[in-house]
Parts: sequence; C-alpha cells; structure tokens
Amino acid sequence: MDLELSEDQKLFRNTTAKFLDNELPVEKVRAINKEGGGFPAEFWTQGAELGWAALLVPEELGGGSISGNGFQDLAIVAEEFGRLVSPGPLLPVNTVIAGLVEGAAIGGPDHTETIEGLMSGELIGTWAAYEPKGHWDPLNPSTTATKNGDNYVITGVKDRVEAGDAAGVFLVTAKTASGVALFLVPADAAGVSVELVDSLDFVRHHATVTFSDVTVSADAMVGTESATADIVERMLQVVVALQCAEMNGAINRVFEFTVQWAFDRYSFGRPLASYQALKHRFSDMRTWIECCNATADEAVKAVNNRAENSARLVSVAKAYIGTKSVQIIQDCVQMHGGLGVTWEHDCHLYLRRATTDRQLFGTPADHKRRIADLIGL
Amino acid sequence: MSDQLESVEDFRIRARAWLSDNMPKLDPAKEYNTNRVADREWVEHRALQKQLFAGGFAGICFPKEYGGQGLSPAHQAAFTEESVSYEMPLRLNVPSLSICSGMLLDMGSEEQKQTYLRGAISGEMILCQFLSEPSGGSDLAGLLTRAQRDGDTYIINGQKCWSTFAYAADFATCLVRTDWDAPKHRGLSMIIVPVHDDATHLQRVRMVDGSEEFCEEFFTDLVVPAGNLVGTENDGWTVGQRQLFYERQAVGGGSPYVSGQPPARGGSSATVEEVARAVGKDKDPATREIVGWQSALDTVNHQLIKRITVGMTSGEYPAMASSMMRLAHAEIPQHKMDVMLDIAGDEAVTSVVGGDGYLRSVGVQFLMRQGASLGGGSSEMSRNMISERVLMMPREMAADRDVPFREVRRGR
Repeated sequence: MDLELSEDQKLFRNTTAKFLDNELPVEKVRAINKEGGGFPAEFWTQGAELGWAALLVPEELGGGSISGNGFQDLAIVAEEFGRLVSPGPLLPVNTVIAGLVEGAAIGGPDHTETIEGLMSGELIGTWAAYEPKGHWDPLNPSTTATKNGDNYVITGVKDRVEAGDAAGVFLVTAKTASGVALFLVPADAAGVSVELVDSLDFVRHHATVTFSDVTVSADAMVGTESATADIVERMLQVVVALQCAEMNGAINRVFEFTVQWAFDRYSFGRPLASYQALKHRFSDMRTWIECCNATADEAVKAVNNRAENSARLVSVAKAYIGTKSVQIIQDCVQMHGGLGVTWEHDCHLYLRRATTDRQLFGTPADHKRRIADLIGL
Repeated sequence: MSDQLESVEDFRIRARAWLSDNMPKLDPAKEYNTNRVADREWVEHRALQKQLFAGGFAGICFPKEYGGQGLSPAHQAAFTEESVSYEMPLRLNVPSLSICSGMLLDMGSEEQKQTYLRGAISGEMILCQFLSEPSGGSDLAGLLTRAQRDGDTYIINGQKCWSTFAYAADFATCLVRTDWDAPKHRGLSMIIVPVHDDATHLQRVRMVDGSEEFCEEFFTDLVVPAGNLVGTENDGWTVGQRQLFYERQAVGGGSPYVSGQPPARGGSSATVEEVARAVGKDKDPATREIVGWQSALDTVNHQLIKRITVGMTSGEYPAMASSMMRLAHAEIPQHKMDVMLDIAGDEAVTSVVGGDGYLRSVGVQFLMRQGASLGGGSSEMSRNMISERVLMMPREMAADRDVPFREVRRGR
C-alpha cells in the first residue's frame, strides 16, 4: 500500500497478485485446508522462480531485485500473501536467508550452498527460535550447543517452528559455553525429530522440533558468537516487518469486501452503508487502516534502508498493527452479522492469519515494552 | 536567481547560520507553550515574524510575489527542524498563516493578497477567522450573521464565536449570509472585516482550563468596503470550504504554512515518559507497556500525517482524506491525556507543597480533553466526511437541502 512505489514495484505487485490469484485463489486455499494444510511444493518453487526467496540475497550470491530495494519488494509479496491468506514458507525462508546473509557479511562460515538451495525453492529453511513455555526471548535459549572437538552437540526442544514439517534445515538459537550462537541444523541429521502441532492459521503448519544430541560441525555456525545478537535483531526485524505487511494485506482485503457488503446488504429498505451508526464505524476502521498502512510502510522502509531507528519503527508497526488488525477484522465480522462467524465465510481465514501474525515473534505487549526500552525510559 | 530551487540541504545550512546570528535562543528559565498566552507574546511574536521576513525566511511555502519564499514543504520542514532551539513566532502559525493566509492565496483578489497575505507574512498584521456562530457548530452553513450591500459597502449584523486569538488579530475572514432566499450553501459570502471597530463588541471566552484564547464578537451595523468581498457574492461556501480545508490541515498537523514547533517541555506537550519519571513509575513493567504504546501511537500519528500529505499531493487521495488526520489527531492525543492521568495518579488532582504544579497540569489538561475532538470541526463531522467523501457511502438526510434559507426551521 506504499503510495510511493516505483513503476518497477507497481509492476511487480501486479504480477505477484496475478500469479497468486491464478495459482491459489481462496477456494484453493480452502481445498488445501481440507487436505490438512501446508503448501504445494511446486507452488513454492514457482514462487522462488519469481524471486520470492532471492530478494534479500546480495547480487554476488546470485540474488537481487529489480527495484534495488529488495526488502520493500519482499514486503509487497507478503502483503499480497495477506490479501489471499496464501500458504507457503515466505516468512521463515526469508528470515533464515536474512540471518545467513548477515552471517556471511560479518565473515562467518560459508553457507552459500544453503542460500542457493533456499533461493531455488527446493530447500526450505526455518528459524527455530521459540522454546516450550518460554515467552518471546530469542537471546535466552535453554537449548545448548556443547563444543566437542571440531563439532558442536545440540540438545533441546524448539516449538512454534513454522513449516517445521517441510523444512530441510533449521536455524537454531542455542546457548554455548560463552554465549548464544546460531547453527544450521539439517532436518535429516541424527537426533532431530519433528512433531506437527495444531495451528490457528488456516493452512500454515507449525511444529515442535526436538534436538537430541545432534552433532554438527563448527562450520554449521552462522556468523560468529559475538555477532549473534545483531544477526538475531536483523532476523527479528525482517520477520516482524513481514508479519506487519501480511496483516496489512489481510485487513485491506477484509475491509474492501466488508464495505462492498455494506452497499449490497439491505435491511429496513436501506443499505447498511446508509446508517450513520455504521458509517462512523467504517470511518474509524478506514482511519485505523490508513494508520496501519502508514506505519507498515515506514517500518519496511527502515528495514530496507537499515535505518538507525529501524528497531523502534518495526516495534511501533507490530504494536500498532498487531493491536488494530484483529480489532478491525472482528468489527468487520460484526458488520456481516451471523454470517461472519460461519466457516463458509472468508472472514475467519483472515482472522486466523492476522491473529497468528499478531501473537508470534513478540505480541503487541512485548513490542510496547521494547519501545519503552528503545526510547530510553 | 535562476528558476532552480535551492536544494534543501543548501537551504538548511543557510537557515542554520541565519538562525544562529539573528534569532533569540530559547530561555530555559522561561515558560513556553502554556495554554494561556501572555500579552507580551503577541508583541514579541510580531517582532519575530518581522525578523524572519527581513531575513528572507518568512512564509517559506508562500509565493515570492506576496512576500513568501516560494520554496517547498521539504524546505519548511528543514527550517522547522533547525529552528527548534530558537524563539519562533509560533502564535502566528494558526490561524493567521496556515488557515487565513492559505485561503487568501487560493481565493483572494490580487489586491487582497498584496494587502492581507503580504501583511500576515511580513508580520505587519495578524489574521483570524470569524466562522462559527452560537446557533450551531457543525452546521456551519446554517449561519445567521447577515451582510447587506449598501452602495460600495457591506453592513454587517450578527454574532460570531469560537474565534481563536481574535483579540490579538487585526483582520478576520468573516463568513456571512448575503441571500436569504437561496438554499443555505448558496447565500453565503466571505468578507474581510477589521477586528477592532466601534461597531464590533469583542469579548474573550473563558474555558475550563482557565485559558481565554477564544473570543465572541457582536456586530451592530459594522460597515466594510465592498472590495473586501473574497471571491464572488453568494459563493462564500466555496471560499469557506477552502478555508476549512486549511483548518483541517492545520489542526491535523499537516500544514506547509506552519513554521517552527513548540518547545518539547511545557503544559500541553509534556511527554508520558516525563510523567512516568516524575511519579517514579518508570521501572514498573505495566507502566512501561503503557508508555511504549503511547509512544507508538504518537509515532503512528506522525506517519499518518506524512502519508496522507503524500497521497493528497499526488492526487491519489481526495482532499477529504484530511479528515482521517483530523480524526486520528483527536483520538491519539485524547488517549495520551487518559494515559497521563492514570500514570500521574493522585498528583494530577492535588499539587504538592513545594512542587512546581507540573503534575496537576495533567489534571487541568484532562478537563479540556474533549477539545481535541471538537475544535476545528467535531470528530463526528470527520466521520461523516470519511464515510461520505472517501468511502462514498450515502449522505445523511438533510431537511434544509434545496430549501430557501429563510424557510429552514431553526431552534430557539
């Protein structure tokens, strides 16, 4: 919804929207749900051909974007995903890529091959950051990485791992003897087990992943131990800004069809859109959505430009959109009457996606407290 | 000078040097930005405006032919940033420069622009608005003040209210009824009137926070030259709409004609962080969460203004999109007042012996809370505008549409 997109970016948005609408319109998303969710592998590899996993990769590693503003372009894709509640590991794959690119930039072990695999869409990667019963605290894991000669032995349980069942590689945050480090752990390594859990999202899967004495070489480390906090911060900003773009796509779409409904639905011989009590609620929603668009754009721009205040702007966007998006969708449900809470109506698909994005990688409350830290209170 | 605009960065450097050489630094011992304006401020701010004008920094976004600088909003934003630690003629921003002058630039005759627009920019005169009347606030077009054409003059009778800073102004843009047989919007005219005249009785209105910045005026056969008519007779609604556009823009915080910004600390702009620290709650997690949220809302408010300004400038958004800024600019500050009251606790209602009364100002400010959703058009009107002009929903039924104004029913 950026008002200042370049011509290239407008074209990119149109082709992305058209592709998603052709490949996975909402009816197909419903069919995927019926079959247990997840995403069709060929859908993701086709998306990868369109560049969905290359936008954050520097040109020298084979990636890039036409506009030169890769993260803004990626946010466009995320917004279109939100508009159609699309399946697919857009957030986890790009978050892992952001971590690997950051690790490479500071001179950590070489992970070019993994980056290439992720870019092709053949390999799925995901960030194993959460731990059972732990709230959002990525730099304080209880999973351990114990040095053993040239290797590390990783032990612990991670949960709420998106696309954990489809992943070929996990990016694991683990405690070492001297701090916290990130490791790339192949899903087929001995000692890794994956268990699917129930997810609120209509199609996206989350899993609990157990690492029982999993041995990886020291080269599996991403970046360096001392740079872990910076890499995690970058990954956090990337995933949260993408969540915001996705929630934004969802609310804009829900609002569109709800306004249309208000014009089409008559009661007492008048369209709903003619009642002042409802008009005023639509005006409030329209204003909040404009606020969401504004703050999402600023967060995306800040992450794209690696602005000095990007951490704060990302948390502002998450606190605001996380709070408002679900309120707006619930109010749209109300406008639909009883229909809005039926399985048949699409409202719940969007509510599921927005609520999932709202709750993970820091709730609005977490981000509000983070803002207090960042403004120096 | 070539047609090429000076780059914003060059302008910023030039402005920085000029400000440092010419404008007085803010005095930490002095109280700024309180809800009561001291009489001396009007004298000082007129002088400061003259100083800006002499230095070539007045009316940055107004055209050069009327005394402005013919530069862009980006230049103005840079100047405001550079000016934060200096005394600035802030009292002239609203309504004189941002609302009345903005309207005159678009709708005034060449002569009016040379007189009043140049007058306002140069610091020679201060303008205000005579719009609202006691008979109704939101229904502006239902106003009752009448102007009768008499040869080369208009004779004005009636009453205006809610005119901000009128007591300190020289001239007002006054919306009056000139045709009682036309439907209400088609019988209005905008006329520039002197504020201080023997035929006008002006008095200040005291508000619940003790401020006296609003005025009311009673006109008894006030005579003004016919040349003071802005636009054409009975087309005053078009002129008024333009003025209201600038009012929404100014009240919403998006005016390009506002120069400078209020100093950070002061009665109406105390930050939530300051209040939290003052009562020792700054390490309390629940308070930190609330403060973080308010900080987010304030940031979003600024981001919204920026976005809507971009949208309106590019033509992507209708002018009425400014109503969204207006609405957010009421809701978010009101949320802030609620939050500050909660955090300030008992000290918001009773001052402490030996204290500076700072926290009680939070309580006083709370008394005026609804002012944010009333001044410059109520939030309910904004919601009508957004639903009807942005979402294009059906308009509210109006009993006075297309009815000769003299036949429209009125309250007593």
